[in-house]
Amino acid sequence: MSDDKQEDVQHTDLSSATESLKIDGDHKENGDSGKSDKVKIDILLKATGNAPIMKKKKWAVDAEKQIGWIMEFVKKYLKLEPDEKLFLYVNQTFAPSPDQIVRNLYECFGTDGKLVLHYCKSQAWG
Amino acid sequence: MANDREVLREIWDGKLPICFQLAQEEIMEIQQPDPFYVMVPRLSYFPLVTDKMKRHFLRFISQENSDSEMWLDYNGQPLKWHYPIGFLYDLYCGNDSQLPWNLTVHFTKFPEDILLHCPNKDVVEAHYMSTVKEADVLKHRGQVMSTMQKKDHNQLWLGLQNDKFDQFWAINRRLMESHGDNEGFKHIPVKMYSDDGICHQRLVIPKNSDGTRKTLQQMILELYPDKPDLNLRTHGIVIPPETPLQWLSEHLSYPDNFLHLCLC
Repeated sequence: MSDDKQEDVQHTDLSSATESLKIDGDHKENGDSGKSDKVKIDILLKATGNAPIMKKKKWAVDAEKQIGWIMEFVKKYLKLEPDEKLFLYVNQTFAPSPDQIVRNLYECFGTDGKLVLHYCKSQAWG
Repeated sequence: MANDREVLREIWDGKLPICFQLAQEEIMEIQQPDPFYVMVPRLSYFPLVTDKMKRHFLRFISQENSDSEMWLDYNGQPLKWHYPIGFLYDLYCGNDSQLPWNLTVHFTKFPEDILLHCPNKDVVEAHYMSTVKEADVLKHRGQVMSTMQKKDHNQLWLGLQNDKFDQFWAINRRLMESHGDNEGFKHIPVKMYSDDGICHQRLVIPKNSDGTRKTLQQMILELYPDKPDLNLRTHGIVIPPETPLQWLSEHLSYPDNFLHLCLC
C-alpha cells in the first residue's frame, strides 16, 4: 500500500472526481472483517490490449461498490466515448458481473491486500 | 466426483409452473390478454424460456414499445435475468411457496438501476461462461476451463440452453473432478444471499484444518458466527446442516457451477 498514492474515490460525482483528484491520506483497513459501510478496498487497475493506461492505477473504493460503477469510473477517467466498450477482468480469466460487489471479489480473489482488475476495450479473455 | 447421478437428474428435472401476466398499464387493447402459463426448468434463465410468452403479449401493447426490452417483476420486485430461475423463486418465495408463480411482464419503465440489459441470448451465454470460469478459478485455479476446447464450452452452454442433461454433464463432470492429491476442490464456489437479495461471497475450503470434511453447519459457524441457527435453502430444499460441502458443491451447484444458497 505504500508504492502509490491513495486516491479516495467518492461515490457521487464521477466527472468531478476525475477532474480534481482528491488525495486521501487516511488509509483504511483492508476489508477482511469490517462490517461498516466505510470500509475501503484497494484496487489496482491495469491496462491490457489496446487500452490506454491510467496515470493513477491504485484506488481506494467503497467495499460495497459495484463493478459496473468501477467500469463507468474508468470510462470517464479515460474519456472514452459513451458507445465505446470497456471490459474488466479478474485474474485475467473472467469478467465479473456489473452488479457484483467489490468486497466479494476482494474476499475471493484479492492478493497482497488489493484486488487487481485488468481492463481493455475489446474482449480479452472471453 | 459427482457420482450420485439420481440426485443430479432430480435437480436437473426441477421445474416451476409460472403464470405470466401483462402489466395492466401496458395493455392497449380493449380485449384483455389471457395469462400465459408455462413450466420452466429451475436451472434455466428467463431470457431462454420467454420467447413464446413475449410473442403472446406483444400484440396487446402499444406499437411504439414493441422493440423495447421486456422485463419481469414479482410483487414489484424486478427479477434479475442473470440469476437462475429456481434461485429467484427460492429467494423471493422460499418461505411462502405459492404455485404457480405469478409474474408481471413489462415493456416500459426498464429499471436501469436494478437490472442489467439483455439485448439477446449471447449476453446470457457470455454471463454464464464467465461465471463458470470464475467457479473454476476457485475450484482448480481455472485449469479445467482453460484446457477445454471451445467446442466443450459450447456443449456446456447448449446442453443448458436445450435442456439436454447428458450433453451438459458429459462436459460438466470434468469441472466436478478433484485435482492433485486432494479429495475435493481448492475452494467451494458459493454465493449466499440474504432475503434482500444481497450476495455474499467468501473463500470456503471444503476441509477442516484437521482434514475432515467440512459440513454446511461448520461453514455457517465460520461465516456467520452470531447466527448458528441459520438455515440455507437451494432448489426448494432446506439443506440438512450436516451435509458435506464438497458433496453439496458437486451435486447441488447450478449449471454455472456455483452453489446459490438463500439464508432463511
